[in-house]
Amino acid sequence: MNLLLLAAAWGVLMMFLSVSGISRATIRTIAQVGMGLLFLSTVAELQGIVFYDLNAPAMLGVDRYALVMLSVLSGCGLLYFLLSAKDMADVGSDYSEYFALIFFIFCGFVLVLSFTSLLMLFLGIEIVTIPLYILTGADKRNLKSNEASLKYFLLGAFSTGIMLMGIALVYGARGSFSTLELVGASGIPTQLLLGGLFLIFFSLAFKVSVAPFHFWTPDVYDGAPTVFTSFMATLVKVAAFAGFLRLFDHGFGSLKSSWQIWAGILAVLTLIIGNMTAVYQQSVKRMLAYSSIAQAGFMMLGVYGLGDAAKEGMILYGASYSLATIGMFAVLTRMQDQTVEGFNGLAKQQPWISALLAVFLLSLAGIPLTAGFLAKFYMLQAALPATYGMAVVIVAVIMAAVSVYYYFRVLQAIYFREPSEGVSFPAFAPGFVRILTVIALLIILLGLQPGWLLRYLYF
Amino acid sequence: MIALLLVLIPLIGGGLTLFLPRPALARPVALTIALISLIAVLLGLCQFTQAAHWSYDEEWIQPIGARFSLKGDVLAKWMSLLSSIGAVLSILGGWNTDRKLPARFYGLLLWMQAGMSIVFLASDAFLFYFGWELALIPAYFLSSIWGGEKRIAVTIKFFIYTFVGSVLMLIGLIYLQQLTPDGSFQWQAFRNLELTESKQIWLFWLFFLAFAIKVPLFPFHTWQPDAYEQAPTPVTLLLSGVMVKMGVVAMIRWLLPILGIGAFIWSDVVICLAVVGILYASLIAIRQDDLKRLIAYSSIAHMGLTVAALFSLTGFTNNSNVVLHYHHIGFQGVMLQLFSHGVNIMGMWLLADRIESRFGTRKLSELGGLARTAPTFTIFFVIIALANIALPLTNAFPGEFLQFNAIFHAQSPYRIVFLLLSGMGVILSAIYTLNMIRRIFYGETNAATENGLRLTTAETLALSIVVVLVLVFGIYPQAALNFTNDFSWEYLKSIDITRFLAK
Repeated sequence: MNLLLLAAAWGVLMMFLSVSGISRATIRTIAQVGMGLLFLSTVAELQGIVFYDLNAPAMLGVDRYALVMLSVLSGCGLLYFLLSAKDMADVGSDYSEYFALIFFIFCGFVLVLSFTSLLMLFLGIEIVTIPLYILTGADKRNLKSNEASLKYFLLGAFSTGIMLMGIALVYGARGSFSTLELVGASGIPTQLLLGGLFLIFFSLAFKVSVAPFHFWTPDVYDGAPTVFTSFMATLVKVAAFAGFLRLFDHGFGSLKSSWQIWAGILAVLTLIIGNMTAVYQQSVKRMLAYSSIAQAGFMMLGVYGLGDAAKEGMILYGASYSLATIGMFAVLTRMQDQTVEGFNGLAKQQPWISALLAVFLLSLAGIPLTAGFLAKFYMLQAALPATYGMAVVIVAVIMAAVSVYYYFRVLQAIYFREPSEGVSFPAFAPGFVRILTVIALLIILLGLQPGWLLRYLYF
Repeated sequence: MIALLLVLIPLIGGGLTLFLPRPALARPVALTIALISLIAVLLGLCQFTQAAHWSYDEEWIQPIGARFSLKGDVLAKWMSLLSSIGAVLSILGGWNTDRKLPARFYGLLLWMQAGMSIVFLASDAFLFYFGWELALIPAYFLSSIWGGEKRIAVTIKFFIYTFVGSVLMLIGLIYLQQLTPDGSFQWQAFRNLELTESKQIWLFWLFFLAFAIKVPLFPFHTWQPDAYEQAPTPVTLLLSGVMVKMGVVAMIRWLLPILGIGAFIWSDVVICLAVVGILYASLIAIRQDDLKRLIAYSSIAHMGLTVAALFSLTGFTNNSNVVLHYHHIGFQGVMLQLFSHGVNIMGMWLLADRIESRFGTRKLSELGGLARTAPTFTIFFVIIALANIALPLTNAFPGEFLQFNAIFHAQSPYRIVFLLLSGMGVILSAIYTLNMIRRIFYGETNAATENGLRLTTAETLALSIVVVLVLVFGIYPQAALNFTNDFSWEYLKSIDITRFLAK
């Protein structure tokens, strides 16, 4: 649990830095160093080097799945800071508070990934989402940002209430918050337990924006400052999914005959709604918002399928989807015209950036040679043996083909169309391009050899 | 070793070409790489013929049980030969056309070849899928960047169409993999599965759709004429000459031996589609005024015949020796025709491209009288066009003849109907091909065709290769038949469905 302590400490440090009066560049460097430390300390813990251990097995228990996921999250977080930390300065004046909030969110990630008690899950989810409400509304003068923040807060608070209600019902049925004791020895659930289960299920579905609980997503993602959208749509969503999978695999796994079909239905709905709506978007940011719903549908297949393939798949999916989306958003923030047409003819002026974007888009669409393909592959593998798995999986791949259409529209704009009159592309700093290149290389590396990451699950 | 080289040469060569500092070097470098891989195939066919030379096996993605294993059986060798000839022809044929960004163009072209090599050689289903897509991505970029006017819309249609097919196939692959005892993707492991009839019936379609879209078989063909028309000619040449053969090769290797009962049960439906495709495409070809579209439709008709012949082989083999014998030569016909049709259609594209680049039009109605003004070109054209009709002494004749044998001996109650209707395809192909010759080469010359047409050295070379292959396999098809003889017997044993029923 190296990360928990370090993230909390760094968050506090960042908060105090805001009154210290040091320059933004220094603040940025300190934040980046902090995130690097988070990453290193998690990797160290994977290797068995533990600086700080919280001995509370009834509350938190770190396993390898949690650790690998946390390394992926903090690794992506590091890349995200390196790429986008500068852009946060454009959002508002509270520069170092933004970093502090993000570090606190990482504390929440630890709880969401290693809870052994429902209370810790609840705490984790709240620690993640409350800073997000603030970050969403960080652009204080922008009405859209305000609206998004309020909408997110109201709906989020509502779904949190539902989750608490569910936890209470489960407690009533079982007399315990422990995830190990959620299901009795008989394996036959009471009505009370099932009621609680479904309330938790639906509220988690809200947090990961699975249809039909997704309506907040496009507005919030669109309204929030783009740098924070990038963070929300990737790391937060992946962490929430990882917690979702953890609860329903370890906790409610033996009851899957009662809820699995619903996970399948939600997955199918999400895939269809997300992809079909993404097709009609003109703005790339909104397209990415809907595509993040669509990708959530694929991750939902992991919750639907369960098992080792789902865990491995969730890690790979988290890594590939976060990497590609962070890269896309980082470039998008710098574009003048953020519609698809805004990318017209980019390849003529910025061939290298275009090639990197192509890697990201191909990975999001799930084309072989990229990590996105293998991630989808794992999810399909996990979902296929489940009840009605074949039907769900067929819908999933057909929707993957639909997603090719809208991802490739950006690709077409970049490569095959002529630049529009009077639009100039921003110059990208060499350091920025280097980080993007690292991301693209990681995507290709994971696409060729996922064992490189996944073997940490077992050794 | 040879098998690995066939993948690595175009892959690494393509990468090198892509980043060449001087664009002017792209063409010669690409041609050299294509020639090197052709030499590698020829060496593999003549010198290093043992199985060890043609196989390669390495651990790859361990967690999902995928291995990087290549194995060159006769089919793979045969198709590798076609694909390396195709690469040479495609680069030679485009030699005199100046393109923007030539380094990118030829680099992607070589990568496309690398993907196709993987498809032909892979004995691991995951690797096969990888190659299947790897061939598609460069084709997508090639057609979209360098293609004709409507290229963007047409190629995305082409891409999504084939992508839908291939992801469905992916589900089938995962399904089969999960049934294997050790979770492997190896061909042999799939083959050892004893799938029940009820499973095979629906599993068949997951695979078949992907392959049928690629071939393309009626009614999944609608991407094809547009894609061929809009793609730049070197790409069209590889698409129609080699890439669509991937569909048939995949049926031969991954469908019939593994899902034998499924293939047998659906064979009437498939042959029906193929025959409808033959007639439908031929009739459309007769009405075409656009040379490229005419060739595209004729390709649908020819590939339809090959698929019909292939599916005529399904079922039992041990009911009569006579039938077995005809199935044997029928399968040899399929193999021969895969190669011959590839060569012929590549020749046709070279000719069509020359006409378009010289006269700026592909419309038959705007051409005429070329026989007088461009006699050399006419000779080339007529020989290759006659091969397209499958006239005796051209390479397509033995192939088609043997295929009709297979259809006649199919285990279907409708075999005579199938034979008669698909035989009509030959007559129709004579109509549209001869009509095309008449409209291009005879009649009055007009202002454009008055000045004739001169072939450059590279084009003459490319066309000569095609004509030599047409004549060699037309006059002495035994060379190819000897090559495929043992394989054909072995193959027929492997698709016999008795093993499923013996339980």
